[in-house]
Amino acid sequence: MLFCFMSGISLMAQDYFPKNDGVKAESHSYFAFTNATLHISPTETIENATLLIKDGKVIASGKKVTIPENTTTTNLEGKHIYPSFVDIYSTFGVKKPERASSSNSPQYDASREGYYWNDHIKPEQNAIESYAFDSKMASDIREAGFGVVNTHIADGIIRGTGSLIALSPNGTDASRILADRSAQYLSTSKSVASRQSYPTSLMGATALLRQVNYDADWYAKGLSETKDRSLEAFNKNKGLVQIMDAGSKMNDLRLDKVGDDVNTQYVIVGGGDEYELINEIKATNATFIIPINFPDAFDMEDPIMASTASLSDMREWNQKPINPSVLQKNGISFALTLHDLKKPSQFMPNLQKAIEYGLDETVALAALTTVPAGILGKSNEIGTLKVGSYANFLITSGKIFDKKTTVYENWVIGNKHEIVSMNTIDIRGDYELKVAETTYDLKIDGELSKLKSTVKTESRKLGSKISMTDDWMALTFSSVDTTKQDFVRLSAKIINAANLNGMAILPNGSETTFYAKKVEKDASKKSDDAKDDEDEDKSPDVKIFPITYPNEAYGFAEKPKQQTLLFKNATVWTNEAEGILKNTDVLVKDGKITKIGTNLSAGNATVIDATGKHITSGIIDEHSHIATSAVNESGQNSSAEVTIEDVVDSDDVNIYRNLAGGVTTIQILHGSANPIGGRSAIIKLKWGESAQNLIFDEAPKTIKFALGENVKQSNWGDYSRTRFPQTRMGVEQVYIDYFTRAKAYDALKKSGKPFRKDLELETLVEIMNNERFITCHSYVQSEINMLMSVADQFDFTINTFTHILEGYKVADKMKAHGVGASTFSDWWAYKYEVNDAIPYNAAILHNQGIVTAINSDDAEMSRRLNQESAKVVKYGGVSEEEAWKMVTLNPAKLLHIDNRVGSVKVGKDADMVLWSDHPMSIYSKAEKTLIEGTIYFDVDRDKQTRDAMKKEKNELTTMMLQAKNKGLKTKPVVKKEELHFHCDTL
Amino acid sequence: MKHLYIYILFIALLVSSSSFAQQTPGSKQTKAIAIVGATAHIGNGQIIENSVLVFENGKITSVNSGSANTSGMTVIDAKGKHVYPGFIAANSALGLVEVDAVRASDDQNEIGAMIPHVRSLIAYNTESKVVESMRPNGVLMAQVSPKGGRISGTSSIVQLDAWNWEDASIKTDDGIHLNWPSSFSRGRWWLGEPAGLKPNKEYANQINEVTTFITDSKAYLKGNKKPKHLPFEAMQGLYNGSQKLFVHVDDEKGIADAIYFAKNNNIEHLVIVGGAEAYKVTDLLKQQNVPVLINTPHTLPANDDQDYDMPFKLAKILHDAGIVVGIQVGNAENFQTRNLPFFAGTCAAYGIVKEEALKLITSNTAKILGIDSFAGTLEAGKDATLFISEGDALDMRTNILTQAFIQGREISLESHQTELWRRYSEKYKNQ
Repeated sequence: MLFCFMSGISLMAQDYFPKNDGVKAESHSYFAFTNATLHISPTETIENATLLIKDGKVIASGKKVTIPENTTTTNLEGKHIYPSFVDIYSTFGVKKPERASSSNSPQYDASREGYYWNDHIKPEQNAIESYAFDSKMASDIREAGFGVVNTHIADGIIRGTGSLIALSPNGTDASRILADRSAQYLSTSKSVASRQSYPTSLMGATALLRQVNYDADWYAKGLSETKDRSLEAFNKNKGLVQIMDAGSKMNDLRLDKVGDDVNTQYVIVGGGDEYELINEIKATNATFIIPINFPDAFDMEDPIMASTASLSDMREWNQKPINPSVLQKNGISFALTLHDLKKPSQFMPNLQKAIEYGLDETVALAALTTVPAGILGKSNEIGTLKVGSYANFLITSGKIFDKKTTVYENWVIGNKHEIVSMNTIDIRGDYELKVAETTYDLKIDGELSKLKSTVKTESRKLGSKISMTDDWMALTFSSVDTTKQDFVRLSAKIINAANLNGMAILPNGSETTFYAKKVEKDASKKSDDAKDDEDEDKSPDVKIFPITYPNEAYGFAEKPKQQTLLFKNATVWTNEAEGILKNTDVLVKDGKITKIGTNLSAGNATVIDATGKHITSGIIDEHSHIATSAVNESGQNSSAEVTIEDVVDSDDVNIYRNLAGGVTTIQILHGSANPIGGRSAIIKLKWGESAQNLIFDEAPKTIKFALGENVKQSNWGDYSRTRFPQTRMGVEQVYIDYFTRAKAYDALKKSGKPFRKDLELETLVEIMNNERFITCHSYVQSEINMLMSVADQFDFTINTFTHILEGYKVADKMKAHGVGASTFSDWWAYKYEVNDAIPYNAAILHNQGIVTAINSDDAEMSRRLNQESAKVVKYGGVSEEEAWKMVTLNPAKLLHIDNRVGSVKVGKDADMVLWSDHPMSIYSKAEKTLIEGTIYFDVDRDKQTRDAMKKEKNELTTMMLQAKNKGLKTKPVVKKEELHFHCDTL
Repeated sequence: MKHLYIYILFIALLVSSSSFAQQTPGSKQTKAIAIVGATAHIGNGQIIENSVLVFENGKITSVNSGSANTSGMTVIDAKGKHVYPGFIAANSALGLVEVDAVRASDDQNEIGAMIPHVRSLIAYNTESKVVESMRPNGVLMAQVSPKGGRISGTSSIVQLDAWNWEDASIKTDDGIHLNWPSSFSRGRWWLGEPAGLKPNKEYANQINEVTTFITDSKAYLKGNKKPKHLPFEAMQGLYNGSQKLFVHVDDEKGIADAIYFAKNNNIEHLVIVGGAEAYKVTDLLKQQNVPVLINTPHTLPANDDQDYDMPFKLAKILHDAGIVVGIQVGNAENFQTRNLPFFAGTCAAYGIVKEEALKLITSNTAKILGIDSFAGTLEAGKDATLFISEGDALDMRTNILTQAFIQGREISLESHQTELWRRYSEKYKNQ
């Protein structure tokens, strides 16, 4: 019944194109493929089945198929049919936009009119408008097994819609375009077509993605007075699947969170490194599109070059092929893509490797067919060979992912693309070759479409080359006489693979005949082969190194756990009224400090002898830029909408180095590129935890402001002379303007009238409501006084001035305003505005009763903040106890977290450091650093880890050398560069 | 009675020292001075407790333990205090750069690839506020070095209390500075190359350029020297042994190549400056007797995998291998030079005994720079360039100077910064 119905439809289709080059000559016959092993879907396989297609669609599939008379039938006995693959993250046939020409000043405003205010938001783009069928690329992709791609314009943050294209070799785009608005694509990369500065950072991009959503909601309600074609398109695209190019495990998590904020579950294009954070990846509940670009081994032959390879890069080579199988084992739904591969031909070998590393073949097939089809909502049309689907299928010699399998044909919407002729005679094997009285051993192997030959005589290998076209074999090999450059050439029409015979041309030009007879390998070799076959189903014989947390140098094999610990007989710097207690015990339990006293009983606690040692609360760095993937959003003079929490980088090795310096909590500040910077992140340095878990729970809201040379771009060169403000005069006006606008916004919001949610102004309103605390980068007294006066006008208080190097000049005014200070111990002379910076600053501020902290703003100095606090003793004579508070309790107060951290007090978080000596002595070292009762740094473990890393690197080096010897491709060692951020890092 | 006298004298000295005009160099020593009762850190690894240190006419005449005849001398009671030889900052930008970000105040980096004739000394600004901020921490001498290009120019060594560069100089044109080609170059990402570091293809060529320069200059110097070639002329000192070659290089391969380079070109005095990976080539360094001026230990490990304390313990590794080590400051910001004592202190925290750590900024540096005949230790015959500290000068808590002398002249420990400190402390007192 179904069959009749289907054929009925195609019969009823009506032509409307004129025809002037002949008579109407279309074929609407059937094709039947019989006796095949038919894989209708990854989970449904039918032996001895028939596939019947017509007009590009599957008419019937299964065992009992009636074959109509007008059918071309192909007998596929012993062969398999699979649905062709689908790649939904493709740029096939889409022209890349042209790069905007450069200019001698930055561009802050949009280039376009009637669109969104930001050029990088282009939901109005449709891939179909930039698309032209690329026959060569289509052929390459088909040969990799793909039949359909969803292509898009890979340009911009919001990139508009994609198009579903069938890669049929014949026909026109009229039949190839299966859908033209098939998904919306997004990323965090700007369009190359515009030089508009904003966003300059990942956190700017994430903020912008949120804001576009809010703006689109508002626009949809008809509240905009002007036309915005971008927002209109965005609203129109809302019903489509949203595919987000994240590109790395960390970005997967970050962008999934952005999606959560705007009620959108993105389909996430991953980075292939998801195995490193698999639990968090799983918790996103997202569907992923996963590239399988596995790195080549490094060429480790030169020991000096080899020594520059990092453990994480070496591990990546070892571990990355397990990514698909790890995703599978965790029940994460994913599609595979050609994206990230240089050539489509790399796809199948890499996939086979992934299977070797544990990926299930059914899951692999689903990732190439039903999953991508399902993501696009096209399960009834592509991805299976169910009746009514497009006739997109592969004919293979065996199981699709077997290395020995040949893919003969890839049919796309009923059009045949032959890769290797099914009639090709398989001449692979071993032969005894006789030419002009000489006997050679000939071995033919390789792929059917690309044969390889080995010719030997008397166990000497001769150079040779083989090819086969249309059943004609041509074989050339060098003559035995190596002093000459001459060749024997053979040519034969192949009829039977058991016996090859034909014509030979000898080096002297004379013609003769040759004869080659297939020989069976001896029995012992055969059993080796059989063994190889068995091995294929097992896990690979390569050693896969365990993943650590984080998966790099100094990572933990297992995440460390909270402990019950009793420190005996220490000198304890309480930072409380008790002062410095000698010969004192501290008990830590359930992450808290539970007892401080003498002769405490251990109970079930692990006892740590701290005789002669000192215990302090963990150091808190009020001003840090480590553990983040971005510091400045410099694309605008205000960026209150961005937040460092979006870009916390839990893999930064500086977290570990900070722990080794006794640091437990840091505030990651936005940089100082603009008067109103971005929101900060306060994190605990829980090495091995995900970015989200680092964030200090219950931390108050904070934001960075900045004054002076950086915000007026004084040291950015002549290029940057166009952004307001360029003087301190202008800086004040930026604040007055923004807070005036924020006030108006708040009034509108409170009025109950409809309003456009504005992330930037929301943040400023929080400041005015004293719900968000400002840390302001500041140097000279005039600007310090200015900002306090602006705050007074808008009735809020500045929380902290950071740097505040001329604070000593205005300490009285600061005291009156109620602001704290977080300063350098002794930095100066690096720019003009620090001319009057003095190392006595902290002492004077402290003496005037201002809560004063010493901070780092520097990844190196932050691991020596204990020494920096000692400088306050040297410069200005502050007592040691008070100076110590400047790196512990005082920053805790400035961050409003002193109820939790900052002193050794019963009930506070057990964030503590065990020092080998007086904590402020230059001779002191942190021996153990705890956060919430968990030991995150331990000198003894550090030593063991160094040894283990050395061993692991050595093993990996050997494995890479072996890989090279096996003939695998290698690449030169690339030395990893570390990025270190400061306030003014752009 | 005698005690009272000393006490009064001491107070008088303090008062008079604070009345010194800022930046006014101290006047010539006219009377013998004895520092009595301090722990003397000689700078060669020795300590003399309860010492008597005497200096006259700018030179140390004796350092002994216990009592000595101090009659007719100005006696400084330094009981419980510590006396040190003035610290020496190698490879500094002092006096050449005032404010890093202000181009007009930067005279360290001349253009040109091979410019040994460019001399740092004549640009040295004795009135620099950065220079005066060194002295309160005990940094009393510095090598002032040019930067940039391949051969950057010629450095000189100065004392930090002078009217002009002429009287500042304690060793003029001490050495020539060569920036060794880097083994790695950055991928030109704007041309589509992968970012990150990869082997520098030009490495051998760049070394050849220097070799050619050396060969050509030697040929020139053997001839009639016409027409005059200023860069070649400036190389003379390297070949006759009167100047040292300071090769700025950090990586293993570069260090080894630089050593063989110097050997092949018959350059007698080679100093490795930087040497972050010197720990990988200790045998060669020892065997060739090449000293190393290491980077300030207050730097981060060179890569993710490196021990977190590698920069802290590098001095120990080299020291244990028998290499002469000093600390240089070229990798730090200019103002950080005043933290030189704490760089040595950090090395002590990570393995070197304190008095050996002190050598990293005193006698070893003096040896490496070739000024050990008159500087670097508290020994008779040497310049009386020294200071008294309340406590251990390598620890910031106790590095509190009470008096300092350069060539016997008592110098001001005041600065722009101490003046502002006093001025604003007064402001609040009077409010």
